[in-house]
Amino acid sequence: MTDLLRIEDLAVEYKTRRGTARGVDNVSLNLEENKTLGLAGESGCGKSTLGRSIMRLVPYPGKIVNGKIDLLLHEDIVFPKGVIEKGFVNIMDLNEEELRALRGKEIAYIFQDPMTSLNPMITVETHFQEIMKAHDPDIKKEEALDRAQEILDGLGISPERITDYPHQFSGGMRQRVMIGLGLALRPKLLIADEPTTSLDVIVEAQILEEMAELKELFNLTMILITHNLGVLAQTADDIAIMYSGRIMELSPTEALFEDPLHPYTQALLESVPDVSKPDKKLSWIPGAPPDLVDPIPGCMYNPRCKHTMDICKTTQPGLIMNDEERLVACHLFGGEK
Amino acid sequence: MTIPMIMLLLTFVFVIVRILPGDPALLHFERNVSPETLAEFREALGLDVPLLNQYFNYLGGIPFGDFGLSMQDFTPVSEHIQIRFPATLELTIYSMLYAVLLGLALGVKSAKNYDSVQDHGIRMFSIVTYAIPVFFLGMILQSIFSIYLGWLPTGTRFDPHYSTPATITGMYTIDSILTGNLTALIVSARYLILPTITLGTILCGIFIRLTRTNMLETLRQDFVVAAEARGLSANKIEYTYALRNAFLPILTMIGLQFAALLAGAVLTETTFSWPGLGTYLVQRIAHRDYTALQGVVVFFGILVAMVTLILDILYAYLDPRIRL
Ligand SMILES: Nc1ncnc2c1ncn2[C@@H]1O[C@H](COP(=O)(O)OP(=O)(O)O)[C@@H](O)[C@H]1O
Ligand SMILES: [Mg+2]
Repeated sequence: MTDLLRIEDLAVEYKTRRGTARGVDNVSLNLEENKTLGLAGESGCGKSTLGRSIMRLVPYPGKIVNGKIDLLLHEDIVFPKGVIEKGFVNIMDLNEEELRALRGKEIAYIFQDPMTSLNPMITVETHFQEIMKAHDPDIKKEEALDRAQEILDGLGISPERITDYPHQFSGGMRQRVMIGLGLALRPKLLIADEPTTSLDVIVEAQILEEMAELKELFNLTMILITHNLGVLAQTADDIAIMYSGRIMELSPTEALFEDPLHPYTQALLESVPDVSKPDKKLSWIPGAPPDLVDPIPGCMYNPRCKHTMDICKTTQPGLIMNDEERLVACHLFGGEK
Repeated sequence: MTIPMIMLLLTFVFVIVRILPGDPALLHFERNVSPETLAEFREALGLDVPLLNQYFNYLGGIPFGDFGLSMQDFTPVSEHIQIRFPATLELTIYSMLYAVLLGLALGVKSAKNYDSVQDHGIRMFSIVTYAIPVFFLGMILQSIFSIYLGWLPTGTRFDPHYSTPATITGMYTIDSILTGNLTALIVSARYLILPTITLGTILCGIFIRLTRTNMLETLRQDFVVAAEARGLSANKIEYTYALRNAFLPILTMIGLQFAALLAGAVLTETTFSWPGLGTYLVQRIAHRDYTALQGVVVFFGILVAMVTLILDILYAYLDPRIRL
């Protein structure tokens, strides 16, 4: 299989009054086509920053300070002011116009809170009209409407409701509308940033299932961001565990749940309830989350780790591949950088 | 809601005017006046009946546009209002338009260039203009553009060498347009420029700041980022997303400022000798013409209540989350 996305040495900094925080610190990863990558970790570890970097939409005052983000295009992207040629493009090299042509067309992003992600002043139809018009200025209104209604229908929303305003829908319905908007132009890559975190458990399960179906239907490659590892067990092919802006472990889902390598992954899994093991004792991770503005030397996880060694306090471990082709950044597995 | 408010205001003004010291009848005349003349005067103004009757007579007249007779010349106050009000309204409308448009434009610019030199400059401007007294700015502008450079006229609202446009609304610029009278339009517009800029500049500060804050607030919202992530253009996002959402609180402020403008009209109109209700009020206070005073204040009150009502309706119309 070919890679759709290759991220290399990505670093994002937030300059704040208190100092500079590295929201994403030297992240490299490859994502194969038609796979789902789960991105997990405690809140504040840089998941959203990483996800939004891929669209070059890091929130103010964040800035991408280093790295390459290569995206594979199967076809030329033609937009009113130019063309992006097919093949790998480095998203970091694109100008505003080119980025705009990619956003929504090749890459779609779904946000955490569907209650606030739609413009309250315009109807659902207008949302669809706008995105279609933005990427195809010549599209006819009726055609856009037809396509929008078809998409909504596929998501279980009655097409007549397209003239409703966002506030007339429930949270789950709104998230379906967001998904519909995301898929309206058949993007290759879908980044879903905690898409179900603000929904209740039943709706969450429904939406996750629908997303899995849509992924098959549209041949999507997906990045599913969550702080809830449980969500990823069913949906992700691979899981990347993040801590303090870095990837600590990247393993196939099954392997990660069976045999977590990194002590942080192990601790995370111990805090996830498991229906098949009702006797499992849940624990939490002691200690405070890392301070990204004032990073400590060595491995950022060392103050909370059960296996801290001397080297952990001085040297930051690099991400290395073990013999099962799994990636881990921990001195227990050798590998220095 | 509106009607009880107006009733309350009416009563309040009526009472205040009665408890002000000085008998209006006595004040109207020179020292020695015969009791017969006084009685005649009181009868003509309806002051000879008990207070409660006066009150109800007054209340009863208002729905029919009857604000009583002026103590000065026994003409109906409503006639004066009718003549003077278009001048005030015309100035108010243009100043408000100027203030809102300038406020929106600068506020949006400021928010878009958050924390830049432009942003700081615009914020300074908004604070300074907010703090300047009307008469001070008015006098400066008058001395520069009218007296020193001689570019713009000042002092009234029309040049006596030309004939005023036929009266339809009483607002000269509007009447000129309606009757296709280009000369009158230019003449009246020239007279409007200085007072409009004065009043509008002082008002625009609050609109700049409100627009800026609301824009910044809205630009941070999830739906704005979500729109960016769908590849919508910056213009589309700034105007149909951010500004449309930021506009609702601005609308409320327009209503509040409208009231402030009418109150401010007294000062501006005096500064520019603008023959509107503000100058009328000042003249009549000097003459202790209580019925006129009462009439103008109540009229302003009704106007403000009406504007508030219209804005409430407009608000509900613009915000899809509110249904009438
Ligand atoms: N708007 C911001 N201003 C300053 N720092 C920020 C901002 N957003 C994120 N950060 C920094 O980046 C880190 C990662 O944030 P984020 O990517 O939102 O984490 P996650 O999505 O995993 O919860 C945070 O811990 C914080 O230090
Ligand atoms: Mg997040």
